[in-house]
Amino acid sequence: MTRRILRILNRLVQSVVTLLGVSMLVFVITHAIPADPVAAITGPKADKATRDRMRQELGLNDPLWVQYGRYLWGVLRGDLGTSPVTHERVTEAILIRFPSTLFLSLGGVAIWLIVGVPVGVLTARHRGKPIDWLTLILAMIGISLPTFWLGRLLQYQIAYRDGVLPVAGFFRWDSLVLPSLTLGIVGAGYYARLVHSNMVEVLNQDYIRAARARGLSEPVVLFKHALRNALIPVLTVLALDIAGLLAGVVFTESIFALPGLGALALQAVLTMDVPMIMGTVLFAAVMVVGANIVVDFVYRLVDPRIQ
Amino acid sequence: MPLLNVQNLSVRFELGRQSFHAVDHASFTLEEGRTLALVGESGCGKTSIGLALLRLVPPGATIQADSIAVRGRELTRLTEREICAIRGKDLAMVFQDPLTALNPVYTVGEQIAEGLRLHEKLKRREAWTRAVEAMREVGIPDPAQRAREYPHQLSGGLRQRVTIAQAIACRPALLIADEPTTALDVSLQAQIIDLLLQLQADRRLSILLITHDLGVVAEMAHDVAVMYAGQIVEYADVKSLFARPLHPYTRGLMRSAPGLAENGERRLYSLEGTVPDLARLPAGCRFAPRCPHAVDRCQAPQALREVEPSRLARCCRALETLS
Repeated sequence: MTRRILRILNRLVQSVVTLLGVSMLVFVITHAIPADPVAAITGPKADKATRDRMRQELGLNDPLWVQYGRYLWGVLRGDLGTSPVTHERVTEAILIRFPSTLFLSLGGVAIWLIVGVPVGVLTARHRGKPIDWLTLILAMIGISLPTFWLGRLLQYQIAYRDGVLPVAGFFRWDSLVLPSLTLGIVGAGYYARLVHSNMVEVLNQDYIRAARARGLSEPVVLFKHALRNALIPVLTVLALDIAGLLAGVVFTESIFALPGLGALALQAVLTMDVPMIMGTVLFAAVMVVGANIVVDFVYRLVDPRIQ
Repeated sequence: MPLLNVQNLSVRFELGRQSFHAVDHASFTLEEGRTLALVGESGCGKTSIGLALLRLVPPGATIQADSIAVRGRELTRLTEREICAIRGKDLAMVFQDPLTALNPVYTVGEQIAEGLRLHEKLKRREAWTRAVEAMREVGIPDPAQRAREYPHQLSGGLRQRVTIAQAIACRPALLIADEPTTALDVSLQAQIIDLLLQLQADRRLSILLITHDLGVVAEMAHDVAVMYAGQIVEYADVKSLFARPLHPYTRGLMRSAPGLAENGERRLYSLEGTVPDLARLPAGCRFAPRCPHAVDRCQAPQALREVEPSRLARCCRALETLS
């Protein structure tokens, strides 16, 4: 029991250190780029006095470590600063946009798994047969499709010409169908192959032959005995992919004009909105660190060998 | 009627452009309550026979047989569904490496109980109780607790007992034991052999023992089929075989077994040459290239013939070369 608490504590300390490192790195990088946030805010026509006043107001004349300390203190209180461009509070801006990204990600991941897992299992079972080749080719095409091209294509055909679904924006739930599909199609092939290769390996194991020797039917052998083992390595990749999505789905959100984190981050970069950039990056880091903790926990549930 | 009757069983592998017989027209019978050992080096086809009986040969392999009959029931004509109903129920198999033969993500109790649920249509709880009973029967201490553990939590000896419990849980008539002791420490080997002998005595279990270990054969088998390059080269009861091996390969095998070698031989004997490539076999006797007694006659194909009453050997010089 105490060992377990120690382990969790250790994990938390690691996470905090990681996040601290990320915040420092982002802070240094955003302050090192040769772009003047003041110029970006005030525009090219502002006189020097205005710009100096602005610089003073934003605390940009203080030494970098003082600025960082101030920033970190804010972060600890949940305050990521205020965007000098949009005058939004960064924390709020992220929280408002998070649901759109979250639901889009869930939609995409659902398609990855609903398509990828059965196809991966099936093609591993019928390895080398026509269905395996066919899905391999389809998967390769899927993986190679550029998101922006596929997104535009779906938008044009299904939303614009057929008029079935909304073209863009996030007004109703069906606004998420095409973006999720775009995200899903690109990733489903990848997951089908990932599940496939892990299944092929597992199906060669002795315990699969032993399971068959006990008279278990093929579906039981595949889905009970093989799949659970094959999914263990897939979990890691999946968790990191989900974390990546939750940090913002830049292309898909931009194409479908979804008010998500990816669009927010992109906009922040384009307008040199330093607090917003730092906020979105830090949020992404939190997602990745969180995903790692979750995957650790899930591993323990799935694989009894990990103590 | 013998419990198991196999006539002209062949297993053919097609790998790319190569094809070969891993098992070439093997015939044997096994009576109830007895043990038949298939003996030979790695790659001689003995494991393929075990898997072929369960119709579990790897992809790319095909099984041909005039007859595979268990208690007179012809297995070759069964559908895939029917053979599934027999696997684990009438014919069970114990594999060589107990660690890899157990699924790491399920408790050992579950892996025994699922067979009982399937074959005996037991409810979850009954199946679990029977699984614990089976574990007790194979000598696992504290079986109720052990059943809830995962394979990696058990020692090698206990794991092999679990795979045996798994195999005997549904009370099969025939147990195919593929190198059941090879992956174990010497001290554990004796325990597992004793366990199998005891199960055989208690249940009139028939055992098809697949092994390369002549020591295990001597302790367990009633009859022995010696295999070389896919063929049975000698077939005899265990006493006569050890007393007077008729095939030169059998003699070589015995001389090269530590502990079985005749007195006075200091160095361990080793057979000259290597096992032939199954895709490029000699036309005549397959053992001829390595045989110290090979003559011109050996260049012709050899038949498995009755050299002496109830003693078969695939060698035209079987009696001449006895010295």
